[in-house]
Amino acid sequence: MSKEERLRRGQRITWLLVAALLLLVLVLENVIPPSRMLFPVLKKGAVYALVVVSMNLLNGFTGLFSLGQAGFMLVGAYTYAILTIPTALRDGVYYLYGRSAVHFSLPEMYARLLGSSGLGGAVSLTLGVLTALVCAGLSSALAAWLIGLSVLRLRSDYLGIATLGFGEIIRAIYQWDKLGPITNGANMLKSFPTFTSFNIKNTQGQIVLRLSTLVPLMLAGVCIGIMLLLINSSYGRAFKAIREDEVAAEAMGINLARHKMMAFCTSAFFAGVGGAMLAMYQNQVQAKAFTAAMTYEILLIVVLGGIGSVSGSCIASFLFIASSEWWLRFLDNALYIGGFKVPLLRNGFRLVVFSFIIMIVVLFFRQGLMGSRELPELIAGFWQRKHKAKAGEPHG
Amino acid sequence: MADALLRLENITMQFGGVVAVNNLSMEVAEGEIVALIGPNGAGKTTAFNCVTGVYEPTNGEVSFAGQPIIRNHPQGRMQRSYLGEYAEHYANQRVLHPTPDHITQLGIARTFQNIRLFGALSVLDNVLIAKHMRAKHSLFSATFRLSAGEERRMRKEALALLEEQNLAHLQDEPASSLPYGLQRRLEIARALATDPRLLLLDEPAAGMNPQETQELTDFIRSIRKNYNLTVLMIEHHMDLVMQISDRIYVLDFGKLIAHGPPEAVQDDPRVITAYLGAEEDYAEY
Repeated sequence: MSKEERLRRGQRITWLLVAALLLLVLVLENVIPPSRMLFPVLKKGAVYALVVVSMNLLNGFTGLFSLGQAGFMLVGAYTYAILTIPTALRDGVYYLYGRSAVHFSLPEMYARLLGSSGLGGAVSLTLGVLTALVCAGLSSALAAWLIGLSVLRLRSDYLGIATLGFGEIIRAIYQWDKLGPITNGANMLKSFPTFTSFNIKNTQGQIVLRLSTLVPLMLAGVCIGIMLLLINSSYGRAFKAIREDEVAAEAMGINLARHKMMAFCTSAFFAGVGGAMLAMYQNQVQAKAFTAAMTYEILLIVVLGGIGSVSGSCIASFLFIASSEWWLRFLDNALYIGGFKVPLLRNGFRLVVFSFIIMIVVLFFRQGLMGSRELPELIAGFWQRKHKAKAGEPHG
Repeated sequence: MADALLRLENITMQFGGVVAVNNLSMEVAEGEIVALIGPNGAGKTTAFNCVTGVYEPTNGEVSFAGQPIIRNHPQGRMQRSYLGEYAEHYANQRVLHPTPDHITQLGIARTFQNIRLFGALSVLDNVLIAKHMRAKHSLFSATFRLSAGEERRMRKEALALLEEQNLAHLQDEPASSLPYGLQRRLEIARALATDPRLLLLDEPAAGMNPQETQELTDFIRSIRKNYNLTVLMIEHHMDLVMQISDRIYVLDFGKLIAHGPPEAVQDDPRVITAYLGAEEDYAEY
């Protein structure tokens, strides 16, 4: 088997794995009670996977050290919320400012065309949410374009500092009182369609089919798929060339300003979509949550997964969210075995252990989980070893 | 020479108070192989960087195929501290300062003195990246594979180019894993992939042994013939320079001290002095 064939086989196996996992999620969701911790972890993991890959596109593939991700997520989250809150509920959400300045809601506009009950209702909800997600992406891409005009000439750390600053500025603007009728100031936006809106109900209002975990996984999957296509296209190669050597890339005819702007805006687009999905996951959105700490968390996952590896980013996102929200939770609660109180276990201890794990990963797995490799390559490599072992060839 | 492909006119590059290139004028005619030589620090690479848009020359004009592409005159604080000549000549003309990618687009490709390949990327990707500039596609059409035909054409041409350079069997290897001589060759192949009319080689034989140098000589001759190229190169290996150059320009301390066919330059006393030191120094040993 040639190297190419092995790689293609690896790709096929990866896709089958992803499809099987999605199917498994669909089944589990409808069998296991939804109160289990698994489902919120999967949902948040999907959202983070999308945002982390979008950051990896910029930091890992184009070599632009940008720290504006939380800011772009915020723009996306707000655009989504503003466009989808049902008109009837708007006055309740914006009660501090009298009324909302926006008088329409995308799902309702589709519902006017397609009908609001039964299949028409489901289609108009889906179309409305999808349109709003695209608008969320476009609005943060626009924000990125405006910011990029001034900051993309900066190199390495300077770019990081400038984008970090802009992220904070965006947060301040969205909390500005004068924009209250649109952004609701520093208060939260809520009542917009969330992932649970996608659960299919019968006429009595009972849930027939739960889709609330599958939907975010599918949405994130499609977005990550598009980014993968981009990375493997001619433009993706140009981005990698800029990462490897800016001077040589420019000498090979790659317009640095144009290509950096493309990468910056594309990354912001998907960060915006991710922000909107985070709003859907949380059922509400408030600007104060999108701090620099969130960007650092995303950057940390990029590093843990492997800078320049999409599958690494995805795997690391799920592991990170699962450990911080689920597996390490027990460390925060006092535990008694008989009359004996286990030492150290108390509120906050989880973060100590968590920091230790991260330090170990950074010290001993410098390249992160995957380095710059992708899952299909690993599977292809596994096949090669097995093949060699069978043929009795020596290793190496 | 009216049909010069590349013409440098009064190019001066001054960094602070240091004049790295001083009033350099030279011409390269279509189809020629021209060498730019000189002792270390003579300003050869600086002159290259002025032509390729990496530096903005302080004064002077560069034309390519009859069109002025780079033009500048001392501006701002440089007006007072300028140490070169002919500043008034370009003072009233429009300043032209294209970016390096624009120069490449016009048909001037280059290699680097210290090899600058995209080390972590495969040999094939290195060549494909050079093809990116001339491909007809947008971010959208490339991502969603609407221009798949264009991608196939790029791959075919890149593979054909690698085949010609005897690098095809290494196409999947990371560029940085190639031996030194092959890296040089790949860098030239990558420059050729941009479809240039003029190829600028910055010390292509640096670090090569005599046999590799001889291979390189044949290689440069063959690419000139096969690609209808004009070549301008900086080189230290005198046997290479003497063998293949049609004409030679000699720089010393940023100034042009001699130019002409190889035999004439070889015997020029100024060149010998520049390379071996002045005669009185010579006598002391």
